[in-house]
Amino acid sequence: MTDQEQFRQETRDWLEKNCPASMREPMSENEIVWGGRNAQFPNPDSKIWLERMSARGWTAPVWPTEYGGGGLSKDQNMILQSELKRINARPALFSFGLWMLGPALLEFASEEQKLKFLPQIVRGEIRWCQGYSEPGAGSDLAGLQTRAVPDGDDYVINGQKVWTSYADQADWIFCLVRTDTSVKHEGISFILFDMETEGVETRPIKLISGSSPFCETFFRDVRVPQSHLVGKLNAGWTIAKRLLQHERTSISNFGAVTGSEPVPLEFVARNYVGTNDDGKLADASLRERIVTHRMEDLGFQLTLKRVALEATQGSGPSAASSLFKSYGAKINQDRCELTVEAMGAQGLGWSGDSFSEDEIAATRQWLRSKGNSIEGGTSEINTNVVAKQVLGLRDHQ
Amino acid sequence: MAMILNEEQNMLRDSARDFVSDKGPVSAFRKIRDEENADGFDKALWTEMAELGWAGVIIPEEFGGADFGFQGLGVVLEETGRTLLPSPLVSTIVLGSSALMLGGSDEQKSTFLPAIAEGKCLLALAAEEGAHHAPYGVETTATADGDGWVLNGNKCQVLDGHVANQLIVSARTSGKGTDRDGISLFVVAADSDGVEIEALSMVDNRNASNVKFGNVRLDAGDLLGTQDKGADILDAVLDRGRIALAAEMLGAAQQVFEFTLEYLKERHQFGQPIGTFQALQHRAVKMFGELEICNSVVMEALTAVDEGRDDMPAMASFAKAKVGDAMHLISSEGVQMHGGIGMTDEHDSGLYLKRARVAEHTFGSSAWHRDRFATLSGY
Repeated sequence: MTDQEQFRQETRDWLEKNCPASMREPMSENEIVWGGRNAQFPNPDSKIWLERMSARGWTAPVWPTEYGGGGLSKDQNMILQSELKRINARPALFSFGLWMLGPALLEFASEEQKLKFLPQIVRGEIRWCQGYSEPGAGSDLAGLQTRAVPDGDDYVINGQKVWTSYADQADWIFCLVRTDTSVKHEGISFILFDMETEGVETRPIKLISGSSPFCETFFRDVRVPQSHLVGKLNAGWTIAKRLLQHERTSISNFGAVTGSEPVPLEFVARNYVGTNDDGKLADASLRERIVTHRMEDLGFQLTLKRVALEATQGSGPSAASSLFKSYGAKINQDRCELTVEAMGAQGLGWSGDSFSEDEIAATRQWLRSKGNSIEGGTSEINTNVVAKQVLGLRDHQ
Repeated sequence: MAMILNEEQNMLRDSARDFVSDKGPVSAFRKIRDEENADGFDKALWTEMAELGWAGVIIPEEFGGADFGFQGLGVVLEETGRTLLPSPLVSTIVLGSSALMLGGSDEQKSTFLPAIAEGKCLLALAAEEGAHHAPYGVETTATADGDGWVLNGNKCQVLDGHVANQLIVSARTSGKGTDRDGISLFVVAADSDGVEIEALSMVDNRNASNVKFGNVRLDAGDLLGTQDKGADILDAVLDRGRIALAAEMLGAAQQVFEFTLEYLKERHQFGQPIGTFQALQHRAVKMFGELEICNSVVMEALTAVDEGRDDMPAMASFAKAKVGDAMHLISSEGVQMHGGIGMTDEHDSGLYLKRARVAEHTFGSSAWHRDRFATLSGY
């Protein structure tokens, strides 16, 4: 037996013993475990599952063991992921710490910071939020104005962030602040602080879908020890960009992560618009657009698969991966639009008994999906980046 | 691991690329066109291609082929697509040899396949009868006569018809209209009495013919496969043709994209490269993205043939529609982004535009295949 075969066998045996049966069922969005000081567990098994996985470091399989990670090689992690998939195991933990902050800390933080923050992330003890966008700094993120001014051993932070995901539920924030006003990109620093610090205030933003996953976040004379600055002073933009790469990957994979397959569009359409005698959808125009969308979706899925395979061949990240974010957004938006259109008036209800739970959910998802091409960098900005970095086209002078 | 090329296929790609850029660049196609070469392709070059094993790329070794499968064939077609190099690869190798391998008797296989693999026998599929793709719309009849048949009817858009030695013909032996049942396939020597072939002049300068059959006498041994069940073979042959053509189109589209992107970097207006303008940048990214998707789809479709998968028909329609749309977009943008020079015969953009529209139409348009894909998916 090779080392890999042995690792697969051991992993399979361990999962067989340790993954509770209920954790092998598809999950809905409100069953997600985000961890944190006020962690909510939809059932006791999800707590056990998180504890067992994080004790092995398998919530962060490739992070070094000294920081609480699993210490697995790339190959071992592929085996672990395929074994998790084999039994349809739910992710034990959803976390911006795991997806975004952790990889950046591994690359840029001091040893002391790594030892302090990474193990907490692995165990899901601290829930992180991201302080990036501001009212005047969206696509042009480097125009941010939140100020951090040195004062003794601290920085004093004043300003406002917006679109801070789950800020009202987060324990700590990783935040971009301006530490030099005379330059743009080179005057930004990356800093960490507790959301319970005096002077921090969050206000949820109500979206068109009715939900409030984002907040406005205000800082008034918030005192943060200077030791919480990550990397060098005024070198935060490099960290910010790296972190955005992780964010874009995690957004394009989000649907895949929850493991919940949406009902195929053609089933929805058949129910609501009916079929002709020959079995074709009665609305020929809708049928044409559904099949076009399905082909786009399938082509995208195949490309994700191809790029993942190429990555295992060690040829480096494929140029195609730069497109995942904007393609993923468009495909999800098209699916939502077509679903609502297929449902007709039943897809446009807001509340009440005249609409089924699925219908209301489809409406809310459609509205939610409009954010897909805005959050984490708009699709237009993503396209600019591809033009420049992948195709080698220069900036307009 | 079928989504990425193995070492053998990578080597084949490299040697195909070298060969095509050396012996079959776009100027070779222009020469054939401008000299009004009656064959429509370079026969000497085809002999060299056969010597490289390309004519036998999907033919089993027992019949003298290289047995590289469709993934190997796809690699070659992408490269010949890049330079618009005309050859009988699609007519003879993809359609002809597939029909024989799928439906031929032992005798038919051993008679034709070794000669095909050597590049010495050319085939053509005579299946279309109208301006729009309709494989079951067969009005050509084969009427029983003694232990054989008598063939009557008209076929059109027969690729490489006027250079083929043998024609594979769909004809109605029973049924009517667009019935799928009742279609049979026959192997008919092109020089048989009563066969009349008229070469067409198409916009892409590729070979296509109208073929008339007037009381052509067929023997029992000329039937390919089972009587009345020819559509089973025909569908499978056409699906292989669609996937192969998608690979060729992908190569052509890739080429247009690459030289257009270069032009965006070279051409200056308003004191800077036109590729600095966002309106063009975003359209360039769109093309790049579609090509990446098409690349995955074509790989998967070629693999589906090699693995004999049940979803091969759906993959064929998927690939033909998806790559057809991308080719349509990119060939049009190729002309537009080159501006005035793109409208000239001297520039290559127009050649790809013309090839694109013919290839998009051949074996069913994108719209035809979207309809089929939806039907195959149950809606």
